Amino acid sequence: MADSYYDPKDLRNFSKITEWSEDLGDKFFEYYGKVFEEGALSAREKSLIALAVSHVVKCPYCIDAYTKDGLQRGITKEEMMEAVHAGAAIESGATLVHATQMMKKYDKLSH
Amino acid sequence: MATKSLLARQHRMAKAEKQLEFLEDGIFKNGELPSFNKQLEKSNDFPLKPKQLEILQINLGYMCNQVCAHCHVDAGPDRKEIMTKATMMECLEVIKKTKAHTLDLTGGAPEMNPNFRWFVEEAFKIGVKDFIVRSNLTIIRANKKYHDLPDFFKKHNVHVVSSMPHWTRGKTDKQRGSGVFDKSIQALKDLNEVGYGLPESKLKLDLVYNPSGAFLPGNQEELQADFKKALLEDFGIQFHELFAITNLPISRYLDYLIASDNYEDYMYSLVEAFNPASVKNVMCRNTISISWDGWLYDCDFNQMLELKVDSPVKHISEYKEDLLQNRTIITSQHCYGCTAGSGSSCQGSLT
Repeated sequence: MADSYYDPKDLRNFSKITEWSEDLGDKFFEYYGKVFEEGALSAREKSLIALAVSHVVKCPYCIDAYTKDGLQRGITKEEMMEAVHAGAAIESGATLVHATQMMKKYDKLSH
Repeated sequence: MATKSLLARQHRMAKAEKQLEFLEDGIFKNGELPSFNKQLEKSNDFPLKPKQLEILQINLGYMCNQVCAHCHVDAGPDRKEIMTKATMMECLEVIKKTKAHTLDLTGGAPEMNPNFRWFVEEAFKIGVKDFIVRSNLTIIRANKKYHDLPDFFKKHNVHVVSSMPHWTRGKTDKQRGSGVFDKSIQALKDLNEVGYGLPESKLKLDLVYNPSGAFLPGNQEELQADFKKALLEDFGIQFHELFAITNLPISRYLDYLIASDNYEDYMYSLVEAFNPASVKNVMCRNTISISWDGWLYDCDFNQMLELKVDSPVKHISEYKEDLLQNRTIITSQHCYGCTAGSGSSCQGSLT
């Protein structure tokens, strides 16, 4: 086994997942490509969303890919960091909103 | 940021032969990535041959007032190679006879050649359809003697093409040196002032964008829209077109890629983005590049790699267009830079 679970070079082999399941692999990449095309949202906006989600799902490959994609699109580092904060805020909010459950339970159990 | 050229620093990558060795080695030698020529073979484009000549690109010298991090010329104030008046006269003879419709002066900072103005005046008299000067902008503000360049360009109907890596100060100064952004903005205002770059103006002002790092340029049209919006809103500056140019892995940019451990990833990006359609229009097929000392090359990049044209005619003194048109264009891995994505040339995207 390799010394590390994540090797940046593995990203180059992403398309090879199709070799072990051609039909599903092809369908996924077709879908993936379509999602990031210009649509009701611009490709630039989608790139920033992808960057934020990459952080939330903590995918190092995706962070590498969408940081580079952002640079290519001329997205500034301030825009990138704001996008990551938007993701982080939802993630921490998702934790904190569960506190309402805690509060409810606490009150129910307390006399 | 380094303030001297690779040559002045006696850096190993200052030598063209070392760069070519490096580009032939590693991931290309071990077959991990296909060589550029193999890629051409797949689309029956090997060997690459010229089309009708359209552009004569003349490099007036490697001297420059800036030392940009990614300069493929390795230009700078310490470079003393500049074209003599005698070679300029040979160029003028060629300009009189050529079938090319575009004359493209580059450098270094071409304006620093002491005979620059004389040469522009003489070439203007001959009459060229599109007369380009690649100006780095800051030269206009570098010294009083250059302040009237916008007027001089206007008088000779010069098409100004200028580098502008980003619409923000931080990114521009990081690539091109401290203070470059502010001077460039002032120079663009000076050019706008005499009529350059205004929507209906015939005085053409185009900008060149090249990425400030180890990544490829994005879509040219989108970048142009971003540049136009930001420069107009923030500074009231207008220009015509933006050319998005890919950095080629040679000279200082190659050194940067190696030093920052980005070389392999960058070459993978270039190879993955190889676009056979761009091969039809690569600039080496419609351009002849002439160096400060009169040697002929397929392009400015081959000039920096010291790959003279593969033709019985190799020097401006023996220039014969018909013979040059029969040559085979010399290609290596650096050429992947011109064929990635929408393609790249001194005139921007190719497809």
